[in-house]
Amino acid sequence: MIALIALGYTLVYGIIELINFAHGDLFMLGTFVSLTVVGAFGFSTLFGASTTTPAVLAIVVALVASVVFCGVLNVAIERIAYRRLRHAPRLAPLISAIGMSFILVNIGQVWKGPSSQGFPTLIPDFDILRDVFGMQTLVQLNFKEIFVVGIAVPLMIGLTLFIRRTKIGKAMRAVAQDREMAGLVGINVDQVISFTFLLGGMLAGAAGLIYGLFNENTVFNLGFSAGLKAFTAAVLGGIGNVTGAMLGGFVLGLIGALTVQYVGARWEQVLVFSVLVIILVFRPLGLLGEEV
Amino acid sequence: MALLELHDVSTYYGSIQALKGISLTVDKGEIVTLIGSNGAGKSTTLRTISGLLRPRSGTVTLEGKDISGKPAHEITALGVAQSPEGRRIFGRLTVRENLEMGAYGRTETDLTADFDRVFELFPRLKERVDQKGGTLSGGEQQMLAIGRALMAKPRILLLDEPSMGLAPILVELIFKIIRDINTQGTTVLLVEQNALVALSVAHRGYVLQTGSIVLADSAKALASNEMVRKAYLGEG
Ligand SMILES: Nc1ncnc2c1ncn2[C@@H]1O[C@H](COP(=O)(O)OP(=O)(O)OP(=O)(O)O)[C@@H](O)[C@H]1O
Ligand SMILES: [Mg+2]
Repeated sequence: MIALIALGYTLVYGIIELINFAHGDLFMLGTFVSLTVVGAFGFSTLFGASTTTPAVLAIVVALVASVVFCGVLNVAIERIAYRRLRHAPRLAPLISAIGMSFILVNIGQVWKGPSSQGFPTLIPDFDILRDVFGMQTLVQLNFKEIFVVGIAVPLMIGLTLFIRRTKIGKAMRAVAQDREMAGLVGINVDQVISFTFLLGGMLAGAAGLIYGLFNENTVFNLGFSAGLKAFTAAVLGGIGNVTGAMLGGFVLGLIGALTVQYVGARWEQVLVFSVLVIILVFRPLGLLGEEV
Repeated sequence: MALLELHDVSTYYGSIQALKGISLTVDKGEIVTLIGSNGAGKSTTLRTISGLLRPRSGTVTLEGKDISGKPAHEITALGVAQSPEGRRIFGRLTVRENLEMGAYGRTETDLTADFDRVFELFPRLKERVDQKGGTLSGGEQQMLAIGRALMAKPRILLLDEPSMGLAPILVELIFKIIRDINTQGTTVLLVEQNALVALSVAHRGYVLQTGSIVLADSAKALASNEMVRKAYLGEG
């Protein structure tokens, strides 16, 4: 999941070298949209499963809504806040991005209020090995976790293939490497950048729903910590590098989980960021270096 | 009507005027060269034609149609392709992908004939289709830059210093190929510092000096012009 958000960062950074601070908050709005849609289907934390509509339908509709909403919003953000600053000094779009982040956080706060919002339980939580196969093991294989991985992994493979193989995917790489030359070969650079924001936003939207389903809660300032972690993952893997972002996300998730399990949840952040610092000292460009 | 015409074009970098009202024409089927020393404004001229820079005044017309101020990708789609100074290969794309990008603005999906044409002109590229552009030698990158521009099926090909940094034997090869491309029907506007070779393949030429055109004549006449010989052919 962190990997999904990290992908959004890395896509945008890879193409226009902008760290889109608003990305985490976009993800937060994705969780809100998902929650609203799911709620509209009659699911709520109070009543549990609705009897009229199957959970699958609610999940699919919420996914579509969240993906479309975040994708379109991200395109709008680029138009409004970044496009005109593309030739300005680096700091200007960065500050604009931080401003956008504040705006999105405030929208979230006004929308759902300052308190944490519960998500209804839509995907059952059981241990596949124990409950389905009746095995007695120490290893747990949660259905929920499988569910998340089952969505995230194909999505990432799809994205990688998309960027490698399709015409617009190649154009994205061309724009990332030499924007002016991309224009000279006939690529509409503005369009490709918009498309990149669309794709990044859609990933954030998907991540929003998955987060809600998995953690069963969300809050207006969720984007800050999620964004920070995702950014860390992107840097860890080598910012601008799609495979790197995924790898970074998984490494980060793994370190976090292991820490919680064996050291204690209090130490999670400490360990995660220590690893980041250590890796950057030895590999300043991240695990895989920069390559889109 | 000229295929390409610049009329009284002035281009600025901020407050610095790089082109001081230049006019030139390129007719269909010609090779026209634009020569001049460092900083004369040759690249600026090509960048203005391609839409990377906006002329502050004056017009650029393609077959009578005003294209000044249009964005680069639209101008490419209208049939103007450029192989820029420094080649600007997409280093992390393969040779094949670089060539595909060259045809980006075209609507046809079957590019087999275009690939064949480029590979016929530059057999070396064929051997290296799956190699990353950045790993090619300088000469091969120049071939790729020209090939990439040809993939757009341009009506006019703009070449910015194709001889730069190449061994004499490679320069000879590249210029022979430029002549072949022209014979096959593509009009060429060639920018060069290497006036000697440029004038040997071109039909006509212009001499650019600090943003102004100071001489315009047939290539033959320019090659024997006293001033050109002194300033650009290393004589005197
Ligand atoms: N990005 C820029 N900003 C400011 N001035 C520039 C810029 N690019 C070029 N110039 C100036 O414009 C003038 C013309 O430059 P241009 O690159 O067109 O010359 P050129 O004839 O192509 O030279 P060369 O043979 O060295 O490539 C020069 O005086 C140069 O310093
Ligand atoms: Mg130049």
